[in-house]
Formats: sequence, C-alpha cells, structure tokens
Amino acid sequence: MTDPGSARAGSHFDEQNRSVEDAEDVGSDKDLPGGVTEEPVIVDVADVEPELADPAVVAERVAPTRAIDTAVGADLLEMRDVTMRFGGLVALDSVSFSIRRGEILGLIGPNGAGKTTCFNAMTGVYRPSDGQVVFDGEPLGKLKRNQITRRGIARTFQNIRLFSEMTALENVVVGTDARHRTSVPGATFRTPRHRREEHDAIERAMALLEFVGVGARATEKARNLPYGDQRRLEIARALATEPKLLCLDEPAAGFNPAEKAALMDLIRKIRADGYTVLLIEHDMRLVMGVTDRIVVLEFGKKIAEGQPAEIRENPAVIAAYLGVPDDATA
Amino acid sequence: MSTPVKQTSATPLGRPHAGVGDRFRLWWNAQSRPAQWAFGVPFILFIALVPILNIPVLTTVGTNFGAVMAQFGMIALIAIGLNVVVGQAGLLDLGYVGFYAVGAYTVALLTSPDSPWNQTGEGNWLSQDWAWLAVLPVAVCITAISGLLLGSPTLRLRGDYLAIVTLGFGEIVRLLADNLGEITGGGRGLSQVAYPQLGQTEANPGGLFSAGNVAGRINSGVWWFWLSLVLIMVVLLFVGNLERSRVGRAWVAIREDEDAAEIMGVPTFKFKLWAFTIGAAIGGLSGALYAGQVQFVTPTNFNVINSVLFLCAVVLGGQGNKLGVILGAFIIVYLPNFFLGRTDLFGIPINGNEIANYRYLFFGLALMVLMIFRPQGLLPARQKLLTYGRQLYVAARRTAKRQHGDAGTGDQHGTTGAEEVSR
Repeated sequence: MTDPGSARAGSHFDEQNRSVEDAEDVGSDKDLPGGVTEEPVIVDVADVEPELADPAVVAERVAPTRAIDTAVGADLLEMRDVTMRFGGLVALDSVSFSIRRGEILGLIGPNGAGKTTCFNAMTGVYRPSDGQVVFDGEPLGKLKRNQITRRGIARTFQNIRLFSEMTALENVVVGTDARHRTSVPGATFRTPRHRREEHDAIERAMALLEFVGVGARATEKARNLPYGDQRRLEIARALATEPKLLCLDEPAAGFNPAEKAALMDLIRKIRADGYTVLLIEHDMRLVMGVTDRIVVLEFGKKIAEGQPAEIRENPAVIAAYLGVPDDATA
Repeated sequence: MSTPVKQTSATPLGRPHAGVGDRFRLWWNAQSRPAQWAFGVPFILFIALVPILNIPVLTTVGTNFGAVMAQFGMIALIAIGLNVVVGQAGLLDLGYVGFYAVGAYTVALLTSPDSPWNQTGEGNWLSQDWAWLAVLPVAVCITAISGLLLGSPTLRLRGDYLAIVTLGFGEIVRLLADNLGEITGGGRGLSQVAYPQLGQTEANPGGLFSAGNVAGRINSGVWWFWLSLVLIMVVLLFVGNLERSRVGRAWVAIREDEDAAEIMGVPTFKFKLWAFTIGAAIGGLSGALYAGQVQFVTPTNFNVINSVLFLCAVVLGGQGNKLGVILGAFIIVYLPNFFLGRTDLFGIPINGNEIANYRYLFFGLALMVLMIFRPQGLLPARQKLLTYGRQLYVAARRTAKRQHGDAGTGDQHGTTGAEEVSR
C-alpha cells in the first residue's frame, strides 16, 4: 500500500478489499451479532484513517520530529577505543568507528566476531570495560538502558523479542512510551494531556505499522503474526521511540530472497525518511546492496572500514571470510 | 454471577475467537456506549440485590447470606488489587495479606479504645461519628507507603526471589501484630473498631453498619456489601483507566519481556514500583473495610494461608482480567459457605459442613485441574491497552465478519486476499 516493494501482497489485497467494501453499506453492519472467525483479522487501515492510504502522509508522520544536534554527515555516534572483557575473554578489543548522521552503516564479520557485543555496548546492555561511546555530542557513560533509548538509540533483536500477548498496534504504542510525559496520576484521572498523548501515540503507531507494511494486521496478537511481519513489527516498535539512530540486529535472518529485497527497500525508505541506520547482517548481498559504508570486525578487532566496493576487494576481509590458502601463509 | 461461568466453560484451548466467552466479548465491544449502559446497569443492580432476593438454591444455609456477600466484596477488592501486581505486572506477590493487615490495623489502631494510639473519644481529633470514614484514606495512604517501602528494595529481584521476599513480608506483619503486645494487643487483638455511623434507630442502636444489625433481610452484611460494591466500581474505573494508558501497557510489557521493555525506553523499575504501590493501596482499602465490618482485628486473620487464597482467587478467575478475578473471589468466598450447614443438594444427602471444612483440599484440587485444562483461568485476559483503539477494533471485526460471510457464500475474494497476506 505504501511502497510496492515492501507492502508485498498487502497492496493487492487492499485493492480487492476496498472494492468489496464499496458494494455494501459500511455503517449499517455495526449492530449485527459477533462475527467469529479463525482466519487472520485483517484491518483495512484506510477504513479507520483514510489519510493513511497516501504513502506520503505515512512517511511524513513517521519521520523523526526531534531536534538532533549533529549535522547531517557529521559523526552521530562515536565508538572510542571500546573494549569489552568477559572474564578472560576479550570480546571487543579497542574498537573505534563512527556512524555519520543520515547514513546506513553496515557492521559485518564472521560468527563470533563481536558484532552483537558491539551493539550491546552501544545500547547499554553492557557497559564497556574500557573506552567510551559518544552519542550526539555526549558520552553515554552510566546511563540506564531506558535512558539511552530516550536519548535516541533504538534497536531490534536478533532473536525476535516482541510482547507476544499484545497486539501489533499495542507493541508499537509501547515504543512511544519514551515520548509520553503523563504518569500514573494523569492516567488515572484521564487528564487532557494524557488523552492528547494517547491520541498522538496511536496515530503515530498506526502510521508506523503502515510504513513497515503490517498495518493490515494491527489488531492481531504479535505471536500470531507470520515471521516476516514480526521482524517488521520490531522495526516499527523501534522507530516508535523516535530514535536518532536505529540499530538493526540481523533483520534478514531467516528471510527468503524476495523478503530480503523487500527489507532492503524498507531500510532505504527508513533512511530516506531521515533516520540513521546501523545494520548488522550476515547476508553479503543485502549488506553490499543497501549500506553506504561498512565496518568489518574479526575476533573483536576492526579489520576494515570503507565503502562496499572497497570492502569487497579488501584482502583482509576476504581472508577473514574465506580463510587463507595454506600455501599463501607459508 | 452465574452467567460468566457459563459463557467461558466451552472455550477450546489455543483457538482464538472461538469460544462463547469470546463471542460475547466481541458482541459486547461492538455495542454502543448507551447500549452497554442499558445492559450493564441492570446487571449491577441485580448483583447488588442478590443478597436480599433470597434465591432458593443460591442462598446460603449455614451463615447469613448478606455477610457472605460482604466478605465477597472485600475479597473481590483484594483480588483486583492483587491482579494489578500479579496479573498485570507479572510480579508474584505471596505476602499480599500483609497489606490487608496493614490497612485493617491502621483503622483499628486509630479508632479502637484498646489501642494506645486511639484518636476517637473525648478531646481527640476524630469524632466518633466520622471516625471510620476519616481513617479510611489514612489507611489507604499508609498501606501505599508500606508497599513503596517494601517494593523499593525488593523489586530489583525477579521471579521466585521476589515471591520469597514478599512471603516474608506477609509473615513479618503478622508476627509484629502478634508480638507488639502493648500496641496491637497481641493475640487478644483490638476490639470496638469504628464503623460508619448511619441510620441509628431504637431497634438498631448501632446503626445500619453495626455488627449488631443482624435482624431482617437488609442487615449489616448487605450494607457492607453495597458499600464495597461502590468502592469496587470506583477502583475498577481507576484501574481500567490505568490499564488503557502507558502505565498498563508498561505493566504488560514488563510481564512479557522485562529486558525488551526496558530497551524500548520503558522505565521498568518505576512502573513496577507503581504497580506494587497501587496494589498495596487497594489491599489496604479492603483491610479497612474488613476492620470496620467485624469491628475486631486479631493477627490470626492475617495468616499466610490467606495470601495463598487471594492468589488462588486471581489465578482461578483469570490473571489479568479484572472481571475474572472478581469471579474468582466470588468462588473462593461463596463455595465453602454454600456447603456450610447444608444437608442435601438437589435431594442428594450431603454432609455440607465436612465439605466446607475440607475447602483447602478442594481448592487445591480445583487449581490443579484448572492448570491442566485451562491454565489461563476461567475468564482469560483479553486486555485492551489503548484508550482510542475502539474504532480500530470495530473496523477489524467488521472486516473479519465480511471475510467470514464471503467464505460462507462461496465468494473467494476475501479469503484469497487473506491467505496472500499471511502467505
């Protein structure tokens, strides 16, 4: 519905659905007894909010509204000699690189290279043993995880971690929590500010679902969504926190080539909307196709950094991925 | 109260939107607000009138039905409070009776003549007539603070560890009440606790709410039941508002995956503490009601077995479902009293007193059977966490029905579309 590539079969369905709907009087069937079905519950989003039929409106609502100190092209996040030790194991060995505002940065490396550790150090899951992470001009220091999210770093999870008993829409609205200011008293007595915030949150969440292409399943429980939609929902939930930097941890894991292509479109669309993206991925075609720059890790060390074309030719990277023939080392 | 039991009994497991209960829920959600009021108000009135209607099979033989309903009202309040902690936020609290005790003892300590801190009577700031009502908010506040005090160190623990610490708290409160003899009267307890002074007559010198008002159909139990019904509705309104806000969503998110919630920017510790405090306050409210009703508190009323019984009400009724836990509370209170003093049931001779004595055995068995066949409780949670999601859900239902209709008439449009989306 929004983007032919990412909405996949959804757009096709919606067209049909609307033609069916035109034929009958929508308002009159409100009072009929309960329709019971075991099929997935599909919502026609245009039915609820007609404006969302227009991709431009969706993109505008999804776009970040927060002021970012960093200029476009300048370093948004900087890893300064970050070291992570777990007992005797050095998972990251003084890794330094930066993410520039507005780019899609790929973080790759063979299994166990420390990609996810790097990610966790950035998002506050672990505190670096040494070194510093500087974000939007300020070091993250000892901020708590939820405070880091409020600062503007959002992430998805390698193994999907949605709130499975909540509906897709509710999942995304939880993501907007960081932007709510009413607390328990306001919510108990339903103050005007609380109502306004709830309204805005649901509106934005609906636009986000539409943006990633799961708008039609807004009212379904997250655990009942198909795998691909769950991954997209995670992205929508992360975007709901209005991040300055969106970190995607292997978003294409378990995807078939068609789904990967759709995901690439989505990532590009997210960047075009004004977000900065960090992408961890195994799939080389996807990384090479979508990123602006790539950082390569191996055994906790950065071994290369550059544009996709450079990385592809880099002998150290080739050695890390394919190994070095025995005669070459001798 | 018998209708909700019936509607859920047939829901097969693992099939969403297939049971009678779900059908009822869908139907109910589709009604307009005035229609919901038109059904809801008479239903609540019916519930309120149950103790004075004297329906033959429903009424209790061994004890006064009004008193049973009053007890139900209090346990229902407790279940609602405990549901916030256990059902919504997923924090297992095994010492909830502690808050009940704190609420009851606050009222008793401030109004009983046996207590050194008695504030009623000559020269004190509490007038005898208004003492109970004036102390009620004090009891709620003090219990909320006790919840805050217990929660702030312990909510850093998770799962079983939290359960053990709260279990300890419940016991500490009871043991304090038992052993601080000079203040709480120890095992003798505190008597002549204040209660609402209303409607004194010559035949009824204590007033409508007095424990001495036992004659007739509308006795003190019925009055207490009505009072607790009003309080239940107020509490339900507030808790419902919270549920459909960022607070309720944060609670459910914490229950589902605490780490993910925190990484999504939810201040988890803060909201866990709120859940604990709110739950405690509701428990304290119920305790204050209890102290007023029986006008006498002793430590034995706050045994750890009561904590388990409250938890039983929540689990039995359905964790996370406000109406479900009220049903659970009703079952917990009503069933033992139903059998008490009964010598035959539908013509079959039974020894009701014995059955009532073995109630813990039967509750245990019932819980085990429930956990096997219906682990989500009698009325499972279908939480609604959005204030303005209504139109969306109505739209979803409309589309669902359309698909259903299409499939029925052989028109394949809707179903093929759905399959394509779900692949």
